Amino acid sequence: MAEAHDGVDSGETAGKAVAQQDDHSTPAPPVAVARLDRIENPGFPPERLRVTDLDPKKEKQAERAISALFFLSIVGSVLAVAAYILFPIDPLDPGSIRLNNMFLGIGLTLALLGVGIGAVHWSKALMHGHEQVEMRHPTRGVDETRERAVEIFSEANAESGFTRRRLVRNSLIGAIIATPIPAIALFRDLAPAEDPVALLKYTMWEAGTRLARDPSGTPIKASEVTIGSVFHVIPEGLAELESHRLEEKAKAAVLLMRLPVDALNETEDRASWSYDGIVAYSKICTHVGCPVALYEQQTHHLLCPCHQSQFDVANHCKVIFGPAARPLPQLPITVDEEGYLVAQSDFTEPVGPSFWERAL
Amino acid sequence: MRFTGWAANYVDERTSASTAVKSLGRKIFPDHWSFMLGEVALYSFIVILLSGTFLTFFFDPSMTEVIYEGSYVPLQGIPMSVAYHSSLDISFEIRGGLLMRQVHHWAALLFVAAIGLHMLRVFFTGAFRKPREFNWIVGFLLFVMAMALGFTGYSLPDDLLSGNGLRIIDGMIKAVPVAGAWISYLLFGDEFPGTDIIPRLYVLHIMLLPAITIALIGIHMVLLIVNKHTQFAAPGRTNDNVVGAPVLPAFAAKAGGFFFIVFGVIMLIASFFTINPIWNYGPYDPSPVSAGTQPDWYIGFADGALRLIPPNLDFVDPFGFTWAFGVLIPLVGLLIFIAAVALYPFFEAWVTGDRREHHIAERPRNAPVRTAIGAAGVTFYAALWAAASSDLIATHFRLTIEGVIHALQFATVVGPFIAYFITKRVCLALQRKDREIALHGFESGRVVRLPGGEYIEVHEQLDDFERWRLVSFDEYQPLMIRPNDDGKITVTQRVRASLSRWFFEDRIAPVTMNELETQKH
Amino acid sequence: MIRRIETLHTMATTSAAPARRVGRRHPLATTALLVVGLLATGGAYALATTTATADTRAASAQLIEDGGKLFAANCASCHGINAEGTAAGPTLIGAGALAVDFQVGTGRMPMAASGPQAEIKPVQFTQEQIDAMAAWVADLAPGPAVPASRYIAGDGDTAIGAELFRINCAMCHNVAGAGGALTEGKWAPGLAGVDPVHVYGAMVTGPQNMPVFSDLNLTPQEKNDIITYLKYVDENPSVGGWDLGSLGPVSEGLFIWIFGLGALVGVTIWLTAKSN
Repeated sequence: MAEAHDGVDSGETAGKAVAQQDDHSTPAPPVAVARLDRIENPGFPPERLRVTDLDPKKEKQAERAISALFFLSIVGSVLAVAAYILFPIDPLDPGSIRLNNMFLGIGLTLALLGVGIGAVHWSKALMHGHEQVEMRHPTRGVDETRERAVEIFSEANAESGFTRRRLVRNSLIGAIIATPIPAIALFRDLAPAEDPVALLKYTMWEAGTRLARDPSGTPIKASEVTIGSVFHVIPEGLAELESHRLEEKAKAAVLLMRLPVDALNETEDRASWSYDGIVAYSKICTHVGCPVALYEQQTHHLLCPCHQSQFDVANHCKVIFGPAARPLPQLPITVDEEGYLVAQSDFTEPVGPSFWERAL
Repeated sequence: MRFTGWAANYVDERTSASTAVKSLGRKIFPDHWSFMLGEVALYSFIVILLSGTFLTFFFDPSMTEVIYEGSYVPLQGIPMSVAYHSSLDISFEIRGGLLMRQVHHWAALLFVAAIGLHMLRVFFTGAFRKPREFNWIVGFLLFVMAMALGFTGYSLPDDLLSGNGLRIIDGMIKAVPVAGAWISYLLFGDEFPGTDIIPRLYVLHIMLLPAITIALIGIHMVLLIVNKHTQFAAPGRTNDNVVGAPVLPAFAAKAGGFFFIVFGVIMLIASFFTINPIWNYGPYDPSPVSAGTQPDWYIGFADGALRLIPPNLDFVDPFGFTWAFGVLIPLVGLLIFIAAVALYPFFEAWVTGDRREHHIAERPRNAPVRTAIGAAGVTFYAALWAAASSDLIATHFRLTIEGVIHALQFATVVGPFIAYFITKRVCLALQRKDREIALHGFESGRVVRLPGGEYIEVHEQLDDFERWRLVSFDEYQPLMIRPNDDGKITVTQRVRASLSRWFFEDRIAPVTMNELETQKH
Repeated sequence: MIRRIETLHTMATTSAAPARRVGRRHPLATTALLVVGLLATGGAYALATTTATADTRAASAQLIEDGGKLFAANCASCHGINAEGTAAGPTLIGAGALAVDFQVGTGRMPMAASGPQAEIKPVQFTQEQIDAMAAWVADLAPGPAVPASRYIAGDGDTAIGAELFRINCAMCHNVAGAGGALTEGKWAPGLAGVDPVHVYGAMVTGPQNMPVFSDLNLTPQEKNDIITYLKYVDENPSVGGWDLGSLGPVSEGLFIWIFGLGALVGVTIWLTAKSN
């Protein structure tokens, strides 16, 4: 039954492809289907009165309810001011903040909801319930108005010679385009004069810089690094920096871990970068720069909490999952005469996220 | 009353206010709950402005380092920026400060959510069609503004969570070819994090972006008044009229009351529920990070897109330049997605060739392909959004993060197609059901046994008023290709015709008078 | 007051922490122990072990023997009869009393089923039984001992503890200790209401995939500071109201969509409905 009643048949019932009826614009290419036997709009249904229209007692009740809500709102405002005074903040008691927050908020909530619900109830229950009709006008301007508008423009054009005086016009357009350009240039000094690309390629680490604990800055001895541990490391001296401390840290933060020596798969050229199973890698994720931080001591995986990139410490932190594209740069380390862990040099590649000039 | 008369006269003699009252005072606004979603957005924006103004009297965006001297014990003696310190002071030292902060942030979340839901309503009812295409673009820009306002706003306290968000943005900017490192350097005024970013975001957040947003809202409202609001098909309502309540007094009372209700609901939530507990995160530092690092919900789709990319997608070209496709693919992909959203009205207008004005809001089922496209878009967005909380999904549902990511990768790519297919078929089926009911009436629940033994259920016919809703939609037919003036059929025409076929080939026509008469034997 | 949502596997028990007794037993010195007394063994132990924080009273032979019996009945099937390890479970030689106190005291051990990691379950033994097994394992070889009570008192510096927590712990456990995801189905549990001795124990012993935070990485005082911070978080519910699990923007976003927008949509339906 359903098939035959889809109504899409090939032509019996005047299914002509014509754009028409209640359009206020020029006819469109044939798409809308007009059927001459469309069902007509039945017009407005009979109106249904509300109880408040029919029963004066209900009307009075509604009035009382609305006023009560407005009075409740006033009470709420008063309560809010009272709460502000009666629930001060005691610096030694965090709970006092919670109470202040809550009671002030409750007072204000009451004040606001009282007005709101009262106003809506007033409108629904008591204000004139009939629906009213307003006619739309076509959005398109009336023809006369449009003609007059065109006339105005042509008068303006005639008087100024805008279209006629082409040199004048084109040089104006050129000038308007050129004027904002110095504004763009004005923004150059948003940044200092240095070349940012050069800055991205170097960190605070140099040969002999001791590895130190974050945040205290105390240097770390190789003997203090037990198997399975992870140290959060900054270069010695960073904690005492007077300026640019966070900027340096954003490049120089390092993770220090110790694995059993036989668990490390080191390439030949980097075998000397570790010390007795102790390895150091940049903490700055090569995806978009979050601190990689999570170390799983049994799987030897590093997990970045931002986008779940995973790096395998046993294999030079190569990427094993997630959106990162490059392994974490390794910091070559060794120990100095006193047994403290030191860097052999800076990282041999830029740390952190990829950028255009990275490989150059 | 005498005073009112005098005052009204005084004002009118100086402003022609009576003209405005005459043209707007009894303007008709149609009444449907889904038309109020835009109001939720507007009112939460006003709440944001009010609470935000309070906050500007206490917040200091400077990134100068100071030692914390406030009352929150776990941060005492810790170095932090002035911005973070002033945010802590607002929360812990100023009465009502925490309340205003929470109102502000909860309202911001609600603002963007309401815009999103409102946009979906406009899309699924086809209310973006002529003459409202400009308003769709304005609305789209408002959505972008709202997200930008939110992002700049939650980054202001300079805490660990939002600071890592800035770090991620910086990483994305650096991936931009040619100019990435330079743009990052200019934006932050130094290497990351620098000492300029918070004050710069502050200027954007309290001045530039709100100004643009208010201007756009103004345009949005003016266009709404000029075009008048759409209305759903119903008895007495046509494409040429507006039926509803007049502005004064009924609609204004409801709208005004609704403002207070929205404000009240936000205030209620802010009184009882913590949002953005910056004191837990600590000041921003490039070294620590919290498990469960996500942006506010409306940035989630972008964060999720970043998470779903497979590994090792850097490419170094023969000139030695690095193309970080792992970042560029989500960046460009999402730009294309939102451009598609912005331009959809123009695409649909071209495909349908429909140049009439439309003031009747369609029922989604009556535009099956549009609704199905919308469902596919929503599925795509939702999959990306879910991906942003992949680690939390894993812990709460006892799954592996790898499994969650793989499942969402599948959902993002295949899900939209599945959603499209199912939605389109559901729409067509619903239309068929409507047709059945319009023609044969609805099942009344009375089962009757005929003398011959057959059981039938008695159907009751709808009255004309009930039926109108089911039969009042437009039927469209695919474009017919015709050669142009040169006698040729261009590629554009062919594409257009095949898209038009895609849109309208499967369709259900509304019930006609003839069918109704025939059926009524 | 409930400060954060307690997930199914965060059911840590609190135990009254009595004075612990550990010691190093010379094989031939059973009688000598009883004769020489606590001070001598305590001094020898302090010199011999890496953890200088242990209380220095000797474990009684009875305790160790009881522990051995318990071990044989409950643990040996996976860890080997002499705790030497099997395919099913690692060796516990050198694991120390603290590891036993942590694993058994939090209900992780005996492990009920294999999976990504041991889950917290109801604790199966009394504290005396746990002490006995701990003493037996400690007796096998030197290992981390239960800390002195002054390092788990939670009376340290909250701010230093918070900073250390953010740098060393928050990336797995979340800044408020709400827990977080690890790879391949593992997770870092929430820390609400966890007994300080178990917090200390986890830091020192590095259970499963948690890294080891030895006393050379975080000193006992620093560990106490971290415990102090966690205690502060437990005792001071969020000033802003209910904290939705301290999980951040995800729960906030879900809340506003479901309850905020949901409530307001409900209001709009009421508002636009015809009055009766």
